Amino acid sequence: MLRVHSVESFGSVDGPGIRFVIFLKGCAMRCRYCHNPDTWDRAGGNLRSVDDVLSQALRYRSYWGDKGGITVSGGEALLQVRPLTELFRKAKALGVNTCLDTSAQPFSRKENFFPAFEQLMHFTDLVLLDIKHIDSDAHKQLTGWDNRGILDCARYLSDIHKPVWIRYVLVPGINDDDESLHRYRAFLDTLDNVERVEVLPYHSLGVYKWEQLGIPYTLKEVEPPTEESLRHVRKILTE
Amino acid sequence: MQKAWRNFAGEKWLDEVNMRQFIQDNYTSYDGDASFLEEPTEATNKLWGLLKDLQKQERAKGGVLDMETEVVSSMTAYGPGYIGEGTKELEKVVGLQTDKPLKRAFMPYGGIKMAEQACTTYGYEPSEKLHEIFTKYCKTHNDGVFDAYTDEMKLVRHNHILTGLPDTYGRGRIVGDYRRVALYGVDFLINEKAKDLRNCGDGTMTEEIIRLREEISMQIKALREMKEMASIYGYDISQPANDAREAVQWLYFGYLAAIKTQNGAAMSVGRISTFLDIYIQRDLQEGTLTEKEAQELIDHLVMKFRMVKFARIPSYNQLFSGDPVWATLEVAGLGMDGRSMVTKNDFRFLHTLENMGPSPEPNLTVLYSSRLPKHFKDYAAKISISTSSIQYENDDVMRPIWGDDYSICCCVSATQTGKEMQFFGARANLAKCLVYAISGGVDSKTREQCGPAYRPIEGDVVTYDEFMPRFMDMMEWLAGVYVNTLNLIHYMHDKYFYEAAELALIDTDVRRTFATGIAGFSHVVDSISAIKYAKVNIIRDETGFPIEFKTEGDFPRYGNDDDRADDIAVWLLKTFMNMIRKHHTYRHSEPTTSILTITSNVVYGKFTGNMPDGRPAGAPLAPGANPSYGAEQNGLLASLNSTAKLPYEYALDGISNTQTISQMLLDMMKRNVSTRLLV
Repeated sequence: MLRVHSVESFGSVDGPGIRFVIFLKGCAMRCRYCHNPDTWDRAGGNLRSVDDVLSQALRYRSYWGDKGGITVSGGEALLQVRPLTELFRKAKALGVNTCLDTSAQPFSRKENFFPAFEQLMHFTDLVLLDIKHIDSDAHKQLTGWDNRGILDCARYLSDIHKPVWIRYVLVPGINDDDESLHRYRAFLDTLDNVERVEVLPYHSLGVYKWEQLGIPYTLKEVEPPTEESLRHVRKILTE
Repeated sequence: MQKAWRNFAGEKWLDEVNMRQFIQDNYTSYDGDASFLEEPTEATNKLWGLLKDLQKQERAKGGVLDMETEVVSSMTAYGPGYIGEGTKELEKVVGLQTDKPLKRAFMPYGGIKMAEQACTTYGYEPSEKLHEIFTKYCKTHNDGVFDAYTDEMKLVRHNHILTGLPDTYGRGRIVGDYRRVALYGVDFLINEKAKDLRNCGDGTMTEEIIRLREEISMQIKALREMKEMASIYGYDISQPANDAREAVQWLYFGYLAAIKTQNGAAMSVGRISTFLDIYIQRDLQEGTLTEKEAQELIDHLVMKFRMVKFARIPSYNQLFSGDPVWATLEVAGLGMDGRSMVTKNDFRFLHTLENMGPSPEPNLTVLYSSRLPKHFKDYAAKISISTSSIQYENDDVMRPIWGDDYSICCCVSATQTGKEMQFFGARANLAKCLVYAISGGVDSKTREQCGPAYRPIEGDVVTYDEFMPRFMDMMEWLAGVYVNTLNLIHYMHDKYFYEAAELALIDTDVRRTFATGIAGFSHVVDSISAIKYAKVNIIRDETGFPIEFKTEGDFPRYGNDDDRADDIAVWLLKTFMNMIRKHHTYRHSEPTTSILTITSNVVYGKFTGNMPDGRPAGAPLAPGANPSYGAEQNGLLASLNSTAKLPYEYALDGISNTQTISQMLLDMMKRNVSTRLLV
């Protein structure tokens, strides 16, 4: 069973083409800029069978064209790695393109996770991987977790040649300094599977959710990055 | 073969009007990209500059630049008019509605009161002489309608359960086949109509035959007047157009005749792009026209379509959110033989949005099929993103029913060009009807007994078993009074405000559709769903009137690809359409319906009370076949899947699901980057 937060039939920005996006419940990260804190809690949501979710997704197959398919996002999708693997296995059997959108926070090489992840990768066409900061301490500051497991996941995906799109949410004053960006780039250059690097501007559209949930929001003073700074960062990370 | 038809292929279209055959025999489909397109010429920039300036002045003056009060509009009421001083030589396509650009004509035949009110609204003094003529000596459509209206019809109109009825202005939605003027010349068309007049009836003078004979004669007179109108501008359109420039000019004269004589709620241009390309292609091959000149011709033609104006009253502008003309013009589509009908000219028409900037008119409409050439789809998508000025309609759904030479006669409704006309029927507000079923026909806003005094629901809860038979009865009543009101309106429109110029360019043996419409669709579906799946409590005011509903529990809503709600939607459409079909429709017209209120949902909503689905009194109704505001939980495609379940065969006048994609999302799609906010 999958614990689902919500679905979106017209996903146009989470992987290639038009995609059916499944947002799962639960995330251990506490990113200060998170725009969906309502997905943190592992409880709640709708408990749905893999077949139920897949059959709903397939109703939109005619819109997908050559490139589209399904994307599982969150929350953190990897917290439900077993039912997720089942979903992707069944989807692949039907020829559906599968995409995983993850922060890789749950990743480890330990026995209770790694074999399941290996299996999942067997049925995954593309990973959208969020690496939120290259500096482990700063990462911990920003998200509550260090980034060792996350970078290890990136290395592993490179080792198995799994196509990856890197996503980087640019937060002014938090992760926009040249020094870390160059380090970030240097790390990406050690990987051989990165097809695309997306630099996403921080926005504050989700702040109202923090207020609704009664959690203090600590980035109130932060403005979205300027076009110029976005261009600058894209240049460092992608050119 | 005559010179004007040199190098044209085919035979069937030679000695009788057969536009579709001519196009199929002669068009050159184009699979290439947009790189051939040309920038605007100096003349285009100058004329468009002048026009932009005039539009600015028009806005500054509160929406109307100038207005006629002394002259009744007709094809020949004015001498020649041009965009600016001395621009006559620059204008590759000439002809204005009045003597000055953007000046609105005086059109009293729909109703003198409205025509005068339009004047006074914008500070113009209507003519006393014309007032006398049109109240004493000459009857109008509006007079005729109100002479014949029954008390019940006035009551339903007053209570807005029927709204937007074309009883005070032109009904519009009739697309003359303006291409005929170019291909055949007017004399040929007069001859054809004269033949029809001779062959009309077997000598027995039934009412039907008498009326038709009179109408054909009016059409012939209109064709003669068209020639006179062209001669005012120095053109002789009695003979076929010789080249592309003449073809564009001849065709525009046909359309100009229509907009000088009618102020219909929709005055569409039709499917002219592929047709005109045939002429341009021939000139290009003969070396008498360059691509730059071809684009200039199309730019100037489109400029003229951007200038169409009518004098309207404030309540009309409210109903239609401004004063749109719906000068709808189609590009693309596939032929019945599977060939793409995209020509270079389809690129040229879309390119006008780059050469002269975005514009709501003409309402450029892509007849879309997934099988259109990729380069064309890419170009259209690009122009859509940069100008938001292109409409798309599903050719794959419409082609099997209407063939490959249909036009869009309003914003959505298809009509076979030159073969069909529509009796435009506005909308029945089914949302109000649903409340009537509960209140026993009493209107929540006026508290008048508007519907029949059927037994109301007397308990505190609206139960499905009690509600459904009452709703069926109320819909039966509404369908009856609706169809009959329209019968009467269109009888009077034919009698007092006949579209001679447009119908002269349509086959005499015209197929008529009777276009009814539904407003409040999703609210009715969701309300029935609430009654069926949740508990709808009635809150009554001090008089016992069911003024509000408190719905307990969840219920499926239309727009989420959930069959429980969507099945109700399909049932509602089929049921109402079948009720419409039971009634006699004027002139043996074929009843159709639509679910496509795009602009008038705000006005309809204002007069509609609280509903069981939670929609509060006065709130706008969801447009067309859109889900109700906030009902959609699974995104755009789920909403489209719900809409796609509605059988088009039951709503041949069209179904719309209007979506706005925010600029932010578009930006993200362009960059292909985003972080998603879940709501």
